[in-house]
Amino acid sequence: MHELALCEAIMGSVARYAGEERLDRVTVRIGHFRQVVPDSLLFSWELLTAGTDLSGCELVIDHVPAVVDCRACGQRTTLQAPILLCQGCDSSDVALVSGEEFLISSVDRRKQVS
Amino acid sequence: MGRFHRHPDGTMHEHEPRNVGDHSGYSETGGERVVVLETILAENDRIADLNRADFARAGVTTINLMSSPGAGKTSLLKRTITAIGGKARLGVLEGDIATSLDADELDGLGVPVSLVNTSAGFGGECHLDATMVRSGLGRLPLEELDVLIIENVGNLVCPAEFDTGQHARAMVYAVTEGEEKPLKYPVMFRACDVVVVNKVDLLPHLDFDLARFLDNLRAVNPRARIIQLSARTGEGMDDWCEWVLRAPTVAPRN
Repeated sequence: MHELALCEAIMGSVARYAGEERLDRVTVRIGHFRQVVPDSLLFSWELLTAGTDLSGCELVIDHVPAVVDCRACGQRTTLQAPILLCQGCDSSDVALVSGEEFLISSVDRRKQVS
Repeated sequence: MGRFHRHPDGTMHEHEPRNVGDHSGYSETGGERVVVLETILAENDRIADLNRADFARAGVTTINLMSSPGAGKTSLLKRTITAIGGKARLGVLEGDIATSLDADELDGLGVPVSLVNTSAGFGGECHLDATMVRSGLGRLPLEELDVLIIENVGNLVCPAEFDTGQHARAMVYAVTEGEEKPLKYPVMFRACDVVVVNKVDLLPHLDFDLARFLDNLRAVNPRARIIQLSARTGEGMDDWCEWVLRAPTVAPRN
């Protein structure tokens, strides 16, 4: 529901990295624990970039799975649902290792044609 | 959902089904890739830090109060203002997509209320962000307050993602919402320092399984303080008011 606001934030940030050049691609890294609907984000991106310097720039989403380490038995679990439980011993005493990422990871500048 | 695939350089992503985009960047003749590694909400977080600094300067503790629509944020606020009375100087920043109905309800209770309508944004934002909160702060006498409560837009998804500069996050959950809500909205339930379980006066009339709800809540957030109350009857309000008054001791968090 807040994907439009996220796209505005991404556009504002990547403009600083574009400089004088056009961008072909913006890659974002989003953890599964974040509430981002990929299709909504891509739709918002197309809508908001149309007619701007970012028109035609592709938005690529790298998904990061939610992974927890168990403090009780030490096992590492990749979560299939947002329930913080160790698959090995059912303990809820786990530390989230990944899944909360919310980053712009890179931008691709268009290659200069000489 | 889009098509998920992997490139030779090890990166994986998905595209919307009808458009695979321009893949020239993955060939050897592609353009220049610049590593950014910056949080998407960097600008929001920067403004949130400004808000936090203003709160610190004025000595006011700020609580971001969130819930789904109709869980009872405004009813709880009205009760809280009356119950706390002279024990602390409260202020309210009221976020709503449109209308001043909630702010009007709080008017006349003797506390300053600043209304922020989020519809000034793109079609009406579903949450308050740091900038929107900042726009409403100028209408509040921060120096004269001890506690500022930000009543966020009723929504269990978006408000959890945006730091407003608050010291603590609280959410109101109503027992009419169903036991599975913490599992469906884990980001919200995980973000909160305290979960108010509201409308407990209705429990005798519902099939609601309180124990199952509490299990679900602890599964996603083992450390949240849980306060059961009824904003209608006033039952349990003492615990909540005590938490609000002690909130200054809660460490600032992002």
